[in-house]
Amino acid sequence: MNNKIAVRVENVVKSFSGGDSRVFALKGASLEARFGEILMIVGPSGCGKTTLLSVICGTLKFEEGKITVFDKDLGKMRNGEITRFRRENIGFIFQQFNLIPTLTAVENVSIPLILQGRPTAEAEKKARAVLEEVGLGEKFKSYPNQLSGGQQQRVAISRALVHEPRLIICDEPTAALDSASGHKTLELLKASALKPDRCVIIVTHDSRIYPFADRIVQMDDGHVIGHFDDHTQLQHA
Amino acid sequence: MLNIALKMLFRDSAKYAMLVCGLAFCSLLMCQQSSVFCGLMMWTTATVRNIGAPVWVVDAKVEQANEVIPMRQIEVDRVRSVQGVAWAVPLYIGIEQARLGDGSFQNVQVVGLDTGTLTGRPMNMTAGRIEDLRLPDSVVVDQVAVEKFRRKGIKIELGTTFEINDKAARVVGICRVSRSFLGQPYIYTTYDRALQYAKPSRKQLSYVLAAPMPGISAKELAARIDKLDGVRAIERDDLFWMTIRWYIKNTGIPISFGTVVILGLIVGVAIAGQTFYLFVHDNLRFLAAFKAMGARNSTLAAMVLAQAFSVGFIGYGIGVGLAAWFGNTVLAKEAPPFFMPWQVPAFVACVILFICSFSALIGLAKVMRLEPAVVFR
Repeated sequence: MNNKIAVRVENVVKSFSGGDSRVFALKGASLEARFGEILMIVGPSGCGKTTLLSVICGTLKFEEGKITVFDKDLGKMRNGEITRFRRENIGFIFQQFNLIPTLTAVENVSIPLILQGRPTAEAEKKARAVLEEVGLGEKFKSYPNQLSGGQQQRVAISRALVHEPRLIICDEPTAALDSASGHKTLELLKASALKPDRCVIIVTHDSRIYPFADRIVQMDDGHVIGHFDDHTQLQHA
Repeated sequence: MLNIALKMLFRDSAKYAMLVCGLAFCSLLMCQQSSVFCGLMMWTTATVRNIGAPVWVVDAKVEQANEVIPMRQIEVDRVRSVQGVAWAVPLYIGIEQARLGDGSFQNVQVVGLDTGTLTGRPMNMTAGRIEDLRLPDSVVVDQVAVEKFRRKGIKIELGTTFEINDKAARVVGICRVSRSFLGQPYIYTTYDRALQYAKPSRKQLSYVLAAPMPGISAKELAARIDKLDGVRAIERDDLFWMTIRWYIKNTGIPISFGTVVILGLIVGVAIAGQTFYLFVHDNLRFLAAFKAMGARNSTLAAMVLAQAFSVGFIGYGIGVGLAAWFGNTVLAKEAPPFFMPWQVPAFVACVILFICSFSALIGLAKVMRLEPAVVFR
């Protein structure tokens, strides 16, 4: 980990309309994520973790505050710019994996490269290499339903890494996995995703994976209520 | 990404098969029914096409080619007197009764050709010579007569004799011509002999066929002849379309076929539209993931359009192919009628294009409104 800031969130407000009233999901949340670290955002259900993740990666607009990712002010970027920014700089790992069931592992993994305009053959070659790195070299032609939950998550990790993004966004990466698979997934993520020029942000409420975090941000009711360098501090907080 | 889109479609075999089957059935229904309709309309113009004269002169009250209002014999000379007429000959067409060797009857359409020139003769003789019509009692029958008589146990060949209104008819030739709307066999003979076969009447001339001199168009000549009292002169193509328009306007045929074509369209829209909507709906989560990963709206739109139009293209190909196969099969038997001009597959292609566009638009509306953040919910 170095001290260079990758993501800075300052007093961000985000609300959703709920009939006649508005529901505030973020009420001035602030945090920083640094290069070379795994930052976990934790908190109870409905506290705004996922909304915060969505505004950080630009999939959701925010109303107030400022978010800079790699020194780019997301609030000042147009939709097209944000889309391109995501395509080039962010890798996603979703809670339900979101692997296309009708595509093989290698085809799923090659999607971020194809979205960047790379030829299919080149994208699949690179995808296969990444799959081999995560131990799925033999399964590159398998469809998601032919893989176990842990293997599917490894395919999802490969898809998040294949285009070498600088920010990895993980939404509850262990929610659909048993304890052992979840542990292995985090080990793999730490080993393959974490690099000095890369930042990993994980939203989770799975306390079993807290030890993998370099820093933990705790949220409640749309606010960041605590920053911890050590997960044991969180458990005592 | 189009490659990915097509893989997503083709490998979802249940929905893919449903979409292709729906569109193929819709194409087949529309193509086949439209072609049968066109074939039926072609049957109504069989006389015009078989005879083929450039200008047809008929009674002033005639509205279409199959309506015969007899004229006086003198009309031939009146037409010949019009400036610009290269030639004008009489033609008799009338439905008469033929009595076969076993005593059974068959309605036939007797065509009496000008004895000297045999103008309007059948062009495709499968047996015998048309010139032999000048021999006593001779007639040339078409393939339909051979087929109809065969069904009654009588074999028609050169030399076979039967009676038309108690007068002898001897087959000297067999021809192949377009069959008539009512399906009665054509019996060709000379004009003079046709009048003998016909029941006596003061007026017996059905048509006067005419041709223009070089330098004058058939339309121009028709306009000149049209000025004669009591007759109407119609250029061949005009008579062809006039006849088709008359059948469209005065019979229930277009409504009957049109209903089936509309049914095909509704079935196509319902099956393809609904299935494609379901397909897009089922993939929304993945499309949202693509969007989150940086896919532009235009990329997703291209994917959805590629999926919609590829099933449309395949379904259309299968449907039109089956319709063509059906046409080929029935053409060999000449019933039911079948004629597929290029406009029919072009029309069906437009309809399929509409169905695919409609289906894609339903899906696209969802995709365009899709928030990429839904992947985190």
